[in-house]
Amino acid sequence: MTDKPHLDQEALAELQDVMEDEFDILINTYIKDSSDRIAHLRSALEHKDADSFSKSAHSFKGSCINIGAPRLGELCSEAEKAGRDNRLGEASVMVDAIESEFGQVEVTLRRFLE
Amino acid sequence: MDDSLSDNRPLRILIADDSDSDRLILKTLLRRLGHDVEDARNGEDAVGIFRESGADIVLLDALMPVMDGMEAARHIKELAGERLVPLIFLTSLSDADALARCLEAGGDDFLTKPYNRIIIEAKINAFNRMRLMHRTLSHHRDLIRDRNRQLLEEQEIAKRVFDNVAHTGCLNATNIRYHASPMSIFNGDVLFACPRPAGGMQILVGDFTGHGLPAAIGALPVAEIFYGMTSKGFSGSDVLREINQKLCRILPVGMFCCAAMIQADFHLNQLQIWNGGLPDGVLLKRDGKLETIASRHLPLGVLGAARFDARMEVFRTEPGDTLLMMTDGVLEAENHHGEMYGEERLKRSLAGAGNAGSPFDAVMTGIHAFTGKQPEQDDVTLLSLEMVEEAELEGVSERLPQSALEGPAEWHCVYEIKDRSLGQFSPLPLLLHICMEVPGLRRKSGEIYTLLSELYTNALEHGVLGLSSDWKATPDGFGRYYAERERRLRFISDHFIRFTLTHTMTEGGGQLTIVCEDSGSGFDYGDVSAVGNENGYSGRGLMLLQKLGRSLNFREYGTRAEIIYDWHFSEVAAREGGTNT
Repeated sequence: MTDKPHLDQEALAELQDVMEDEFDILINTYIKDSSDRIAHLRSALEHKDADSFSKSAHSFKGSCINIGAPRLGELCSEAEKAGRDNRLGEASVMVDAIESEFGQVEVTLRRFLE
Repeated sequence: MDDSLSDNRPLRILIADDSDSDRLILKTLLRRLGHDVEDARNGEDAVGIFRESGADIVLLDALMPVMDGMEAARHIKELAGERLVPLIFLTSLSDADALARCLEAGGDDFLTKPYNRIIIEAKINAFNRMRLMHRTLSHHRDLIRDRNRQLLEEQEIAKRVFDNVAHTGCLNATNIRYHASPMSIFNGDVLFACPRPAGGMQILVGDFTGHGLPAAIGALPVAEIFYGMTSKGFSGSDVLREINQKLCRILPVGMFCCAAMIQADFHLNQLQIWNGGLPDGVLLKRDGKLETIASRHLPLGVLGAARFDARMEVFRTEPGDTLLMMTDGVLEAENHHGEMYGEERLKRSLAGAGNAGSPFDAVMTGIHAFTGKQPEQDDVTLLSLEMVEEAELEGVSERLPQSALEGPAEWHCVYEIKDRSLGQFSPLPLLLHICMEVPGLRRKSGEIYTLLSELYTNALEHGVLGLSSDWKATPDGFGRYYAERERRLRFISDHFIRFTLTHTMTEGGGQLTIVCEDSGSGFDYGDVSAVGNENGYSGRGLMLLQKLGRSLNFREYGTRAEIIYDWHFSEVAAREGGTNT
């Protein structure tokens, strides 16, 4: 597993600075978007669509890096590689790990909003 | 210039990313920087927006559903056409291959996630500068292209005007051959030929310093003066003096015209040539000998009227002799080693010609063989004039252009020239000019000139000066005659020659009556038929007068001669038709 932090406090602070009033909207957008991505990863797995799985993981990775969730980004990156190498057997475990990490990130982010 | 060329205007930036949160971050970042942002969720939407409203800069996520960034990039570049629309890929790709692929797809740069607003701002500014520079360059290129097209159009029109003023005259005469580039006027070369009213022709070969319009502008007055004066009977020297004076006045310092004036007399079989700054001309005698026509003068437009020497050198010729004149483009024609054709090669070309082919062809072939190019590509102007029997050129002088003006039909004038002016001034061009105002007479200028000149010569030499044409029967006497003529001219006083010209319209044309009176004591005209034995120049003159005019009368002991000259419309029309073919 990775030793990267769940959330990059510094990056989040900068985002808050840039987004101002829209920071709330951004966080909510990210959470909604991420839930959709996880659902998409599961559906791709079900259809054994490695390409779609890999692409979805790639996009998810990008938004995690941007929002300041490096550990979740790292997990997505591993899933992207697995998809690209057509190792879908290992992928199911990875999606579980992603979902669990996202759970933690979501809780922390929501706390951030309050 | 439109606003987008100013640096302060907010940029219109199009972004495409399928991740809602990333798009939101980027959009907000760019708006905070003061730009107008439009966003799309995938490549297809982005292309649609670009097609609708364009954008100054496009930011594209590489991997997107429906249409990915690479394909969108290709479409957008295609739509942008010549415009530079900087295209920056947004990516969390990390391997070098994938990043390189983005650039190959038409991307100009990439931005990696996580976004850093300082980097984003710097890149947007850098690409905006590049975009503006490209705009400016394209704008200037378009401007230059437009100007160039305009210039070519203007040159084309200028050439048409020029061709009308500086028509080729009688360059199409059978004894003339020449080569000149079709746009030679813009490389400063001029070549004019004009029949003289008294027979023979006058040719001007010229080469202006400089190229393009300045050279062409100088050539216009030269053409006007050359054709105007030559067709009125002025000699080569008179024309040269006038052209030189004009060029001195109008050309800027450092610009002038190397030129040669050739006055060909096929009756006397002689050439009079003035060469000012052109390469040596060559007179090829029928027997194979070469005579060099060297430049002995400064070019036209250099010396003021007081110091200008317009005297022409006289060369005796025979039918079959050929004169070659050229501009320096002939000698300076280069081969691919950068060597010049030069005088030696020219002479070898001429020597090699032998009996086969004309000297003109020999030189043209020589240049072609040396340069390996068609001479058409060079600034080559070459003229060849063959001396021929006068009879072979019949009709050439009738090609003088005719004005469409009606002109006077009924008129009468008296012109009297007196004393000192009798020796210094020839009234013939002026009198011919008056007659040429009648369109119907214009094509008869040669005959009219001959009439006027024979009458004037008779009145002056036999009437006023009292010289006897008998002297001219022997070579010794010929010399004595002219020496005496010069001497007597210096001491003329209380003498005059008076021309009275009357023109009136007749049923089928017109009638010109020329009366020439002089103050001399008269000469023996009584036996006009006796001088018809062609034993002297004046005898030939009287024969001519009788042949051309309807009637010739001498009165008052030969001090008054009257000639009636008739012309007919039908004749003029027929000749006009003939020259068009």
